[in-house]
Amino acid sequence: MSGHDHHHHHDHDHHHDHDHDHEHPRLSELQLRVKALESLLVEKGLVDPAALDVFVDTYETKVGPRNGAAVVAKAWTDPAFKKQLLEDPSTTIKSFGFEGRQGEHMVVVENTDTVHNLVVCTLCSCYPWPVLGLPPVWYKSAPYRSRAVNDPRGVLADFGTALPDDVEIRVWDSTAEMRYLVLPQRPAGTEDLSEEELADLVTRNSMIGVETVQYPARQEAAE
Amino acid sequence: MTTTAMTTTAMTAAVNLESLPRIPVDHDGPVFREPWEAQAFAIAVKLHETGLYTWNEWATALSNEIKAAQEEGDPDLGDTYYQHWLRALEGLVLAKTDLTVEQLLKRKNAWDRAAQRAPHGEPILLPEDEE
Repeated sequence: MSGHDHHHHHDHDHHHDHDHDHEHPRLSELQLRVKALESLLVEKGLVDPAALDVFVDTYETKVGPRNGAAVVAKAWTDPAFKKQLLEDPSTTIKSFGFEGRQGEHMVVVENTDTVHNLVVCTLCSCYPWPVLGLPPVWYKSAPYRSRAVNDPRGVLADFGTALPDDVEIRVWDSTAEMRYLVLPQRPAGTEDLSEEELADLVTRNSMIGVETVQYPARQEAAE
Repeated sequence: MTTTAMTTTAMTAAVNLESLPRIPVDHDGPVFREPWEAQAFAIAVKLHETGLYTWNEWATALSNEIKAAQEEGDPDLGDTYYQHWLRALEGLVLAKTDLTVEQLLKRKNAWDRAAQRAPHGEPILLPEDEE
């Protein structure tokens, strides 16, 4: 294991809450046992960490991001639901049938013409499982974690997301108690789509905030 | 379920999930409740692929853990499945490699200390001098 120099130089020209100086929540006994086993096996050359990541990555999209997409699509089509979702996310999402195991608090942050939200955390447990499934490997990677805080625009650019200069980027640092879900902007031209069709447009990445929702996926006849 | 149902996953690497007792699955593969479960799943499959043990050995080890847990009163509702999985995995690794229980415990404690030491927002890393 290498001990890197990990002093991040935080820029304060974007919205980022630095008031909390809490420590990492303790890892559970089971998480610790897996980490111990994995790190020793990797050092012995018995397993390739990259191969493990690829393997886990194949499951990440099927464990649940469709749940979040359904919530987003409903918020786009039902103003009352959206209001409820922003005001009381945990209860509203629970009423949708998606419940976290650990009673974590959900916060839904809405993208607008002037604000774009981006979610980051250093711990894989700080991720809204019930709505987004397993976190992607890049979300857990050190470069993403540090750059999302130091250079959010650069991170967005890596994902092919260019935002106008006057859009404020807010970076939300998840904790064990607070999990963030980005409510992306509904793309223009989707007025006639059903809730199900809208849900299909919503990507996991757009709910983490590294992408915007695009429509159409296929080119349609110009208006 | 059949292995053909899992073509979209890395599971095509020919592990027979049907030989495992009541693994939680949906129509296209295993399901996990938390990331460590997927991690433990991946380690078991990858170690099998390196030839450390046969899939039969794995299935037997897992069954034995489940049986032992049931005898100790585990209601076995599915939510403890990967706890048995992890125990079976640790058991096989200890039996088939030169890793020792002491090493595992020591490393687990090191991760525990590292996690508590790391401020939120910083990655959890083991220092050079700690194994």
